[in-house]
Amino acid sequence: MPIARAAKRRAVNLGAVVLAGALLAACGGSSDSSDSADGKVTITVDLFGSFGYKEAGLYEEYEKLNPGVTIKQTDTEDEADYWKSLQTRLAGGGGLADVQGIEVGRIASVTQQQADKFEDLKKYGAEELKNEFADAKWSAATGKNGEVLGLGTDVGPEAMCYRTDLFKKAGLPTDREELAQKWSTWDGYVELGKQYLKKAPKKSAWIDSVGSLYSIMIGQEKERYYNASGDLIWETNPALKTAWDTSVEAAESGLSAKLDQWSPQWNQAFAAGSFATIPCPAWMLGYIKGQAGDAGKGTWDIAKLPGGAGNWGGSYLAVPKAAKNKEAAYKLIKWLTAPEQQAKLFEKQGNFPSATGAIDKVADAKDPYFNDAPIGQIFGDAAKAAPVQVLGIHDQNVAQQITNALSEVERKGTDPDKAWSNAKKGVENTIG
Amino acid sequence: MTLTASAKPISPSRPPAVRRAWQKFSPYAYIAPFFTLFAAFGLFPLIYTAFVSLYRVELQTPGDMEWRGLDNYTALLSDDFFWTSLRNTFTIGVISTVPQLVMALGLAHLLNYKLRGRTFLRTAMLLPYATSVAAATLVFAQLFGRDFGLINYVLGLVGIDPVDWQTGTVASQIAVSTIVIWRWTGYNALIYLAGMQSIPGELYEAAEMDGASKWRQFFHVTLPGLRPTIVFTVIVSTIGATQLFGEPLLFEGSVSGGISHQYQTLGLYMYEQGWGFFHLGRAAAIAWVMFLLILVLVGVNTLIARRRIRKEAGR
Repeated sequence: MPIARAAKRRAVNLGAVVLAGALLAACGGSSDSSDSADGKVTITVDLFGSFGYKEAGLYEEYEKLNPGVTIKQTDTEDEADYWKSLQTRLAGGGGLADVQGIEVGRIASVTQQQADKFEDLKKYGAEELKNEFADAKWSAATGKNGEVLGLGTDVGPEAMCYRTDLFKKAGLPTDREELAQKWSTWDGYVELGKQYLKKAPKKSAWIDSVGSLYSIMIGQEKERYYNASGDLIWETNPALKTAWDTSVEAAESGLSAKLDQWSPQWNQAFAAGSFATIPCPAWMLGYIKGQAGDAGKGTWDIAKLPGGAGNWGGSYLAVPKAAKNKEAAYKLIKWLTAPEQQAKLFEKQGNFPSATGAIDKVADAKDPYFNDAPIGQIFGDAAKAAPVQVLGIHDQNVAQQITNALSEVERKGTDPDKAWSNAKKGVENTIG
Repeated sequence: MTLTASAKPISPSRPPAVRRAWQKFSPYAYIAPFFTLFAAFGLFPLIYTAFVSLYRVELQTPGDMEWRGLDNYTALLSDDFFWTSLRNTFTIGVISTVPQLVMALGLAHLLNYKLRGRTFLRTAMLLPYATSVAAATLVFAQLFGRDFGLINYVLGLVGIDPVDWQTGTVASQIAVSTIVIWRWTGYNALIYLAGMQSIPGELYEAAEMDGASKWRQFFHVTLPGLRPTIVFTVIVSTIGATQLFGEPLLFEGSVSGGISHQYQTLGLYMYEQGWGFFHLGRAAAIAWVMFLLILVLVGVNTLIARRRIRKEAGR
């Protein structure tokens, strides 16, 4: 799942939180023992963005397989809001669901600071699942003392999505192999963008925002904001500076549609054709389909990402210590993250599996919405080649400050050096 | 005292000492529910916030409190973001309050005439006030959209280039203020209207006999008569402006009040520190600074008002 999803519908979010509390209160009377006595249990699941379980019919299937189990899901669209509310409830110790989703950018914070607030899934025999997951996915959710704090759901292997109809109008090639070659490097990608602008349809830019360009580029790096020993290194990280510089160049060449990712305007722009390319982690496919709708079918395609493979996002499912039905919750997340279910989810929703067994299962998957692009192969290759990222406790907040500063360059024409120092100040303020 | 006399024969069994004690303390018992609630949900949080503001506390590890003394407060002095948000609070406060009160005065004056459908108009004035901040702000955010917003579309019709209502400092502050103005003008107009109706009609008649125009009547009869009401609305609006939070938060859904903190108010900065970055100690310090700031502002307001009254009296 991405860090921030779609329109910030705070009112809806607030409702979800209240609802979650109400649901918990409703099932507050039942304890573990009474559940097993009559075999009836209500498992509450609290997520952010769109994990797609409900949409893919997985809850329904699980309820059929396990009579007596009812699953109730609450969902907050924006991960930042979700995280705030989760932290408040963790601090208070109440109102927690049986299953809580955790974004990969937050998992280091959980393993390093809050290992005592979540169940060690080894208690329920999670150790046997270790070989089913990619090593990196598994180890990132392992605590200092070897606790297993969450089971991996999806990962975010990166590619580039583009509009074939707009490319045609601007006289660019539309074949995904040919494009992959033309933009094998990020410089090539920027050059092609400049070429696009010369003959582009009116009000159409090359990319949605430089924030997304930066995010996808930094996803290709092993070290981003922290080094392996946990020191904050972003300021002196040459790879980060490269991503910054390329984003600044894109902004200053007018390649960007200057949209704020996850804002309502950004959503509207998918259908309006305001941009010709958009950096595309696997979970973005479902988002594009949702925003561009049926009218967009066949106008999109997917090619390999410039500059190599990378990863952006992905999530975990965890069981808080304060949950009511821990045993039942574990059984549910074990089933949801099993290869069969992950493969099904990818085919229906586009969330790329983190279970190695599932990756082989979807190798031949194609997506008719994207001109039958071989998504199984494109994202599978990217997932295999993506570096194992070093995660830090403040990853999300640091990234937010940097993308904010880049937006200043992009939208206000702020001097890049000034913006860089703004980002520095912002990070100090965030972490201090 | 008369009550005591009449109560005597009704309860002859009660010893006088107990009765006297009851009489003395019963008022306290009657107001106790309010003060108990106030102590639990008003006073205690206030004091606990002051306590927390002296520590370094993080939401994720609330158990580890580290004594910082007044460091959280002194850090604010050299914190650019704090000064930016203070300045924004002030400018947004002025941009929203001044036009709001002036418009409210004008509207109240119009509503004070004998109009057809007066009750309907007066009720309609209160509708924005009854709308939730969230709903209103989300609608306004759409109207102020850069690419597909209605306002930029209308501006385009008269040949003005689209304005980026989110990014520009002035533009974004005007946009946020617009939401505040829309919500509160009607409310203030009704308060003014109530004040106007308590001005005796003879004053207007006398002014008319002296040949004063409607305008002169407004300036020399209505305004002086409304002075206490105006002081009240100014104080309430000042407090509201200092605490402004919902509109800037929901305008773009950004806790930083835009990419350059261009419309981040004090309330929003407190929220960002506390619930965005989880620095509860710092957020508590900002909360107390806001509290003191409001006290000072209200104090200044009252002083000015009092001095004016004294001046009038001395004239």
